[in-house]
Amino acid sequence: MKDAFGLPQSLLVLGGTSEIALATARRLVARRTRTVWLAGRPSAALEEAAGRLRGLGADVHTIAFDALDPGSHEAVLGKVFAEGDIDMVLLAFGLLGDQARDEREPEAAVRVAQTNYTGAVSASLVCARALQAQGHGSLVVMSSVAGERARRANFIYGSSKAGLDAFAQGLGDALHGTGVHVMVVRPGFVRTRMTAGLPDAPLATTPEAVATAVELGLRRRSETVWVPGALRVVMAALRHLPRGVFRRLPI
Amino acid sequence: MSADTDSDPDVLGPDHTTVTGWGRTAPTAGWLIRPRTYEEAAAAVRECGARGGIPRGLGRAYGDAAQNAGGSVLDMTGLDRVHAIDATGGTVLCDAGVSLHRLMQVLLPLGWFVPVTPGTRYVTVGGAIGADIHGKNHHVSGSFARHVLSFELLTADGEIRTVIPGTPLFDATAGGMGLTGVILTATLRLQPVETSLMSVDTERAADLDDLMARLAATDHRYRYSVAWIDLLARGAATGRAVLTRGDHAPLDALPARLRTDPLAFRTARLPAAPAVVPEGLLSRTTVGLFNELWYRKSPRARIGRLQRISAFFHPLDGVPHWNRVYGRGGFVQYQFVVGHGREDALRRIVRRIAERRCPSFLAVLKRFGESDPGWLSFPLPGWTLALDIPAGLPGLGAFLDELDEEVAAADGRVYLAKDARLRPELLAAMYPRLDDFRALRAELDPHGVFVSDLARRLHL
Repeated sequence: MKDAFGLPQSLLVLGGTSEIALATARRLVARRTRTVWLAGRPSAALEEAAGRLRGLGADVHTIAFDALDPGSHEAVLGKVFAEGDIDMVLLAFGLLGDQARDEREPEAAVRVAQTNYTGAVSASLVCARALQAQGHGSLVVMSSVAGERARRANFIYGSSKAGLDAFAQGLGDALHGTGVHVMVVRPGFVRTRMTAGLPDAPLATTPEAVATAVELGLRRRSETVWVPGALRVVMAALRHLPRGVFRRLPI
Repeated sequence: MSADTDSDPDVLGPDHTTVTGWGRTAPTAGWLIRPRTYEEAAAAVRECGARGGIPRGLGRAYGDAAQNAGGSVLDMTGLDRVHAIDATGGTVLCDAGVSLHRLMQVLLPLGWFVPVTPGTRYVTVGGAIGADIHGKNHHVSGSFARHVLSFELLTADGEIRTVIPGTPLFDATAGGMGLTGVILTATLRLQPVETSLMSVDTERAADLDDLMARLAATDHRYRYSVAWIDLLARGAATGRAVLTRGDHAPLDALPARLRTDPLAFRTARLPAAPAVVPEGLLSRTTVGLFNELWYRKSPRARIGRLQRISAFFHPLDGVPHWNRVYGRGGFVQYQFVVGHGREDALRRIVRRIAERRCPSFLAVLKRFGESDPGWLSFPLPGWTLALDIPAGLPGLGAFLDELDEEVAAADGRVYLAKDARLRPELLAAMYPRLDDFRALRAELDPHGVFVSDLARRLHL
C-alpha cells in the first residue's frame, strides 16, 4: 500500500532499463518500496539493473515485456498483478529515434510511434484495469515537453509523446474517483543514454531530478509534473507563439 | 413478465466510493455497505469477495485502518441501537455502531458516563474496542476494553461468538483494528457521576522537565490528566506546556443555578470548517502565533474551574470537519509511547521536533498507567506524545522514520489507529505479541476475509 505521503511499497517499471525509471526506483527503494518488478526485453542490462536494485535491499523480479507486442501485454502484466498488489506503475519505455533517418524510412518512424504510443496505450489500459480492481495505485506516465508542441527537430518523437500525453490525461479523468491516480510527467531535456551526443538544451535536467519530482508529485497527488518546474511557464509561452515565429526559433 | 422477482427497491446495492481516514491521506476506493441488521452484516461478510472486508465506524481513525482498497467497507453506523441500560448496576448493552456521543446523551441524565473517551465523542463502540482507545484517565482506568464485559463478534466463518475478557479472542480483538471480525454488540461497565460538569485545575509548566516533574508528582491525584505542549517553542522554553486536569464535579461543587439540572448534557457547535482551505494556512508563523496565544491565555494556576464535559474532553468536536483546516494534502498524526525510565528518549524526540519547527498546534503529552491486555493495544506504562503535522511538510516522511527508530530503540511503539506511514519492519519490535495475533488470525480467518489497507501496508 502507499503511505500517507503517496510512497509505494511495490513498483512495476515498464521499460526496466530506462535511466529515469531506475533513478526513480532507487529513490523509492530508499523510502518505502520493497518489491520491484522490472519489465523489459530480456537482456544483460535488465538483469544488471535488477542486481543493482537488489543491492539496495529491494526484492526485485524481472519480466519479459515487449512494448511492440500489445497482444502479449494482458498475459505478461496480468501475471505480475496476480502476485500481489502493485502500488505504482511507472511507464517509462520509449524510443527517441533518429529524426533524419526516420523521415527517410517510414518503417523506422512507425516503430517509434508504435513503441511510444500504441505500446503505451495498450500497457496503460491493461495496468489501469488491474489498478482499478485493486482500488488504489498510481500510474505514472513518462511524457515529454516534446509532446507539448511538435518541433522541426524531433516531431516524430514529439508527436508520439503528444498522443501519449493526451491519452494519459484522458485516462486520468476516466479513473478519477476510482482510487487510482494517474500522473503525467513532462521532463525537458534529460541527460541520459537516449540523448547522449545531442547538444544540451536550455533547462536540461538529470534522471535524479526527475526522480525527485516524481516523489514530490506522488506526495501531492499531482496530475501533471514538469521537470524542471520552470518548464511549465516556458512551455505555456512557447505553446502560444505564432507558427512562423516558432518555426524560426533555434530549438 | 413481472419485474418484481428480479428487483427489490428496498435493497440498496453497495456504493463504490473513495474512502480515507480522518487525516485525509492515501484515498482508496472500495464498496461501501451499510448493514441495518445483523443478518445484513453477516451477508455482507459472506459476500465481500476476494478482496475482503473491514468494519468502519465514524471514520475517526487518522490513517488507513478503516478502508479496504478494492474490497468491502462495512459502515456499521446503521446498527446503532442502545438495547439495555442497567441504571442501578451501571452497565449498558448496545450495538457496535452506537457513538460515544449518543451514549453520553442517554447515560448522563441517568448519572452514568462512558468509562473512557478519547478526544472526540464521534467514535463508535466497535471502533473504541477495535482501536482499544484510551483517554485522559488511562493512568487510573486503563483503556476502553478494560471496561467491556463482553461483546458479540461476527467472525469470518459467519458465526456470531460471544467473547469475554481473559480469552485469546478478546485480547486479539481489543486493539485488533477490526481484523478479527465485526463487533455487533457490546456490554460496557459505566462510570458513575453526580453531575455533567468537570472540576478542572489548570497550570502552566515552563519547560519539558518542569512539565514531566509536575505530571509525575501529582498525576495520581486526578482522574483525568493531560498536557498541551507548545512544540514550536525553542531554547529554554522547549516543551513549555499547559496542564489540564480534573474530575467529575460532585453535586455540592455546583452553584445553585446549575443544581436544578446537574446532569444535563450540553454541547456547543461552531460552524464547520470550510470545504476548501488555502494551502499553507497552517504555517510555522500562524501556528506559532496560535501557540503563543494559547500558552499566554492559560492561567498560571487555576483550581476548581467548572467546565462542560464537551469543552473538557472534546474541544475539537465543536468544529465539524476540523480536519479540513489542513487543506487538500491532509495531515498525519504521530502518537508514540515510551516506558518509564526512557524519559531520555522522550526528551530527545521533543527536542528534535522543536528544532525541526513542525507546525503542530495540537501536541499532547500524558502519562499512561498499566498496560492493557489487548495484544495490539497501544498503551504501556510511561509517556505518550501525540501531534498533528500537515502531510505536505517537506521531508516529513524521513523525519518521522527517524523518530520511529528512537521510539523502537526505547522499546516504545506508535499507535496503529493513528498510523498512516510506519515502516512495517519496525512493527514486530513495537508490538511483541504480533506473532500471536497473526497466528490467531490465520486460524480464525484462513482465507483473509477481514483485511484493511492498514493490514496490507503493515502485513498484519
